[in-house]
Amino acid sequence: MPLRGDYQGSSFFELLQLEQRHLLPDLSAWGESAASMVPHGTTVLAMRFRDGVLVAGDRLATAGHSVASRDVVKVFATDPHSVMAISGAAGPCIEMARILSVELEHYEKIEGESLELDGKANKLSQMIRANLPAAMQGLAVVPLFAGFDTRRKCGRLWKFDITGGRYEETEFDATGSGGLYARESLKHGWNADLSRDDAVRVAVAALTAAADEDRATGGVDLERGIYPVIKTCTNSGQDDASEEEIAACYRSILEARAAGGNL
Amino acid sequence: MSMPFYVSPEQVMADKAEFARKGIARGKSIVAIEHQDGILLMAENETSLSKVGELYDRIAFAGVGKFSEFDQLRKVGVRFADTKGYAYSREDVRGRGMANAFSQVMGDAFTREIKPLEIEIIVAEVGDDRYDDHKKNTIYTVKYDGFISDHPGFCVIGGNVDDVESVLKNDYQDGMPAGDAAKLARRALNAGSERSSDLEAKSLEVCLLDRNRTGRKFCRLSTDEVQGMLDA
Repeated sequence: MPLRGDYQGSSFFELLQLEQRHLLPDLSAWGESAASMVPHGTTVLAMRFRDGVLVAGDRLATAGHSVASRDVVKVFATDPHSVMAISGAAGPCIEMARILSVELEHYEKIEGESLELDGKANKLSQMIRANLPAAMQGLAVVPLFAGFDTRRKCGRLWKFDITGGRYEETEFDATGSGGLYARESLKHGWNADLSRDDAVRVAVAALTAAADEDRATGGVDLERGIYPVIKTCTNSGQDDASEEEIAACYRSILEARAAGGNL
Repeated sequence: MSMPFYVSPEQVMADKAEFARKGIARGKSIVAIEHQDGILLMAENETSLSKVGELYDRIAFAGVGKFSEFDQLRKVGVRFADTKGYAYSREDVRGRGMANAFSQVMGDAFTREIKPLEIEIIVAEVGDDRYDDHKKNTIYTVKYDGFISDHPGFCVIGGNVDDVESVLKNDYQDGMPAGDAAKLARRALNAGSERSSDLEAKSLEVCLLDRNRTGRKFCRLSTDEVQGMLDA
């Protein structure tokens, strides 16, 4: 522990870049062949609702045409007011979520106050940019970031591209291989005045639709008892939708389908 | 031709120590005290510059003396803790390791630099009920020369240590409620500054390491919360 290290700022990511480079994932050495071998995460979505913002993700990870894991978590709380969801190469994605959560806590401890939600989203896009060489080889990290803006008193969400481009969405978004189908479903179910319970229901429907159309998306697995992760951020902090609630939403979708509905 | 002065190493060290001690004694005291739910840290501090801060999930830092020096040390500690917790696991960041690392840095500065650090610090760690070997709280202090010591129950750094400590020695009890610990800490700080009236909540900086909180155990109390604790 040096009294005066090379780095004197308040960013954990920059500290690692400058002083502990070996702790950062560096995938640029792996080449394109790695892209088909490492597990990939599939469908994640985020939407605003009346009281805040909701983020959901299925649990399946695939490597090529095989299942790599059935119960991967792709939605992470990065601090008490923000959530990150990942799709892309699972390894670097999960690492990036870990670094971001340490980053936010680190900044808060060094500076004595936490970053604005805009600042957090901006930091994430810089981290994605730093992953650019790997992204060019197919090991993309494509997250969604959402949180409750305690100053504006509203939920906000951003999507990113592999170059670190950052785009704020005002309604909803979904990424990953099943993202297209999830977005289609959200387009029908979403409105700005959804209650929290309705938002959970719409999210389960969107993930179910994505799992229906996209073989690499897991959806709800009642037999194994594996449920999507659904987190909400509101003024009062963060909350997880319970497995029972998700199962109930899913059952009602199945019933509607059995009764001849087109869901 | 002038002769170079010879100063014995003993004299150099004694002068440095004397210099550092004077700087530290000029400031106000900080008390760390164990209670039922964890550890309470209280500093007499009317400014908005914090003397007490969070290092990691269960570990707090407090410093007296020159602000720029102990705040720099606190930041170095946060960097060390976060890097270690990221490279290994969050449970691997422990109070003793942190206190030892601070001791190394401060001892090094004392022998190498012309001017020693004019600071003394507390590293407090609240116990973890999940693990049998980690249930106890620990409080360490590290002096300007890197001297490290362990204090069961309570400790005082900075200002008029003897007077503050004598109040704590008389009235401290194991497992007291947090509110009683806060009142005792304030009484001890009162004694240090020979005041006729009690220190007011607004001139106290109070932080808790609360073992019942989920996640990070450190929390900083607002003036109203401090008042509430002292009135209860």
